[in-house]
Amino acid sequence: MIDFTEEQIERYSRHIILPEVGGEGQSRLLESKVFMIGAGGLGSPVAYYLAAAGVGTIGIADADVVDMSNLQRQIIHNNERIGMEKVESAKKTIQALNPDVNVITYTERVTEENVREIIRDYDVIVDGCDNFPTRFLVNDACFFEQRTLVSGAMFRFEGQVTTFKPHTDREGPCYRCLYPEPPPAGLVPSCSEAGILGALAGSVGTIQAVEVIKELLGIGDSLSGYLMTFDALRMEWRKLKLRKDPACPLCSKEATIKDLITYDEACELRTAQG
Amino acid sequence: MSVTVRIPTPLRKLTGGTDEVSVEAANVGEMIENLESAHAGLKERLCDEAGDIRRFVNIYVNDEDVRFLQGKDTPLADNDQVSIVPAIAGGNA
Repeated sequence: MIDFTEEQIERYSRHIILPEVGGEGQSRLLESKVFMIGAGGLGSPVAYYLAAAGVGTIGIADADVVDMSNLQRQIIHNNERIGMEKVESAKKTIQALNPDVNVITYTERVTEENVREIIRDYDVIVDGCDNFPTRFLVNDACFFEQRTLVSGAMFRFEGQVTTFKPHTDREGPCYRCLYPEPPPAGLVPSCSEAGILGALAGSVGTIQAVEVIKELLGIGDSLSGYLMTFDALRMEWRKLKLRKDPACPLCSKEATIKDLITYDEACELRTAQG
Repeated sequence: MSVTVRIPTPLRKLTGGTDEVSVEAANVGEMIENLESAHAGLKERLCDEAGDIRRFVNIYVNDEDVRFLQGKDTPLADNDQVSIVPAIAGGNA
């Protein structure tokens, strides 16, 4: 266990007094490394709460710059950061909140070439990206590198959250058990048609943050094997069973996928302006 | 059998904005046909050309995915709640 400073004891006191966390758990958080894909709608609340919780290293990949239209939901950025790289803006916010956190920025998209090497350095991966090719790429990379993936997605007024960790949960599914391959073009509305309720990102992202912190601490029940869905209009959360697909092309005994696949832009469907 | 079907946001334009519809059907396949009769265009979104449920759409009867029951032959009972859960990808941009 690390030696806390006086300031850390004060900062994390509400964690440390929880028997499920304690000094040992807080110490573990400070030694943990989480990699986030996207510093946008979902990435904002995730980064805020992981930073506040004292997750010691947060890696963030995003190739975009802050745009005025992001600020309706991407609360880690602000008016003065318009035009700044999102990863830089996120880093500033995190460091102002908690100087204990080491932020590693990647001003790039994750690709077939870089993703496995990047995630190898981290304990838990958080997906809050905005397109299917990246979701499949990250899922496959996490499977090959045996990393736990906390996945969140949203569309207009609806959200989905789950955890994939087939490497530790033998009955646990991967993203391809849920959806074997990306939808073809034309069957899902594009982002410009979609729109998103900004606060929904907070609902979905904070669930992801809770899930990541539980994974790091090793406490409670995981969402592995369940899909949490949220319908903001009906104000209804549901927890659906998610089973391992015995014919999954990636994680089953029948697996046919042995290496990363890049889906081309033609089938890239951005279903939400996330 | 009368079941309620939860319509996800991306498909609500086909149901006139309604988020839940009631359908008479003995099984999931019949439910899809009856949904199509009432709301033209839904079947195409749920099934491929061969009539099989699309791989990026999951249909749940109560809390169980029909892929792990009997697919389109999964029987329905009165008051079952059917949910359509399509793949969504938004989160960042």
